[in-house]
Amino acid sequence: MTDEAKKADEVNRRQFFLKLGLGSLSIAAAGTAAFAYQYLDPNVLYEPSPVVNAGKPDRYLLGSVTIDVNSGIYIVHSDEGYFSLSAVCTHLGCMTAWKPELNMIACPCHGSKFEQDGKKIEGPAPKPLPWKRVWLNDDGDLMVDRSTDVPPLARDSFVRV
Amino acid sequence: MAKTIDQHFDNLRGTRVWRSIFRSGTGGSTLKRALAIQQNVFLHLFSTKVRTRMMSFSATWYLGTLTLGTFFILVATGIPLMFYYHPSVPQAYADTKDLQFVVSSGLFLRNLHRWSAHAMVFLVFAHMFKVFYRGAYRAPREFNWVIGVILLLMTLLLSYTGYLLPWDQLAYWAITVGSNIASAVPVMGKKIHFLLLGGNAVNANALLRFYVLHCMILPLAAMFFVAIHFWRIRKDGGLYSHDSEPATLRGRTDTGAPLRKEGQ
Repeated sequence: MTDEAKKADEVNRRQFFLKLGLGSLSIAAAGTAAFAYQYLDPNVLYEPSPVVNAGKPDRYLLGSVTIDVNSGIYIVHSDEGYFSLSAVCTHLGCMTAWKPELNMIACPCHGSKFEQDGKKIEGPAPKPLPWKRVWLNDDGDLMVDRSTDVPPLARDSFVRV
Repeated sequence: MAKTIDQHFDNLRGTRVWRSIFRSGTGGSTLKRALAIQQNVFLHLFSTKVRTRMMSFSATWYLGTLTLGTFFILVATGIPLMFYYHPSVPQAYADTKDLQFVVSSGLFLRNLHRWSAHAMVFLVFAHMFKVFYRGAYRAPREFNWVIGVILLLMTLLLSYTGYLLPWDQLAYWAITVGSNIASAVPVMGKKIHFLLLGGNAVNANALLRFYVLHCMILPLAAMFFVAIHFWRIRKDGGLYSHDSEPATLRGRTDTGAPLRKEGQ
């Protein structure tokens, strides 16, 4: 091996270690980024349970729309039975309100309007209010699972007493 | 013979203790004065020599200096507010009320913080308009405009995160609406919403996250970018004024031709 080639070889070795060092630093940086992401993503949430006990069904008169502001749901007693709607506006998450004089659900923030079965009358809300799963528990209380959407107006989406 | 105050000050600057702290020592020569700037940790970021025009008072200083002033007021009033405020759901609203009605000068500090925050948002926009209409964003100051946009974003985020802290109805629904806007981001919107709030709803985690962002992360980030912003102003030849530009550049702008050609 000539001296010249040897010299070039040494530089390459130096570059190799430089790359090795930078490479390990990059891996460590990527690991730190992943670690930071996981750290900031909570594993346990101390939020209220998505399942709400709405009490005895006979509290809700036929034809009534009743809001529970704490859980953000409506209990509607229609001719077909009881069903539950999310009261959270599909636009930007404000709490809507039932307007009996207008016979519609309206959002105070940006003026979206819905029918009492959740159908959208007027935007800016992009979607209708979702229906939530309802059932009777062993004590005969009306239960609502806020985390489960059910198809609107479907037979199983109602509770009949 | 009685000495003047200046002579006393000169003697002080000649002492060993003074020299050990400030190094540059006495003397009014250009070199000594330049050294005094260059050897000071706070001043060394600036050019050692500037135009006299830059040191003189102007009516508005492009409104940027006023914006920095409101930022200083916000830091100075925000830190005392932190002594009485607990970022927790049961206490946040009560602490805000305490600051208004119970704590001595609490009302003054809180109102000063609030009004300065409004003033800062207003002044940042006013500063932006002034820079735009005076053409101060042009070469060589393009990069400072970019830093300015980042600072505008920082200001708005500081304003937004601070809005939640009183934990009243206004705050709660404003952050509910605002964070839902974030979830409109394609693909990762829901995740951003979840990470921002530390949960699915505006709750204890969200309050704490917004508090940390408002009091630590965003002010530090803002200071970092403010430092770059002001450093760049000095390096780019000071606040823009038509008269301060080199004659060649001035000639070009008058004809509306490009400001700078290659190699200039």
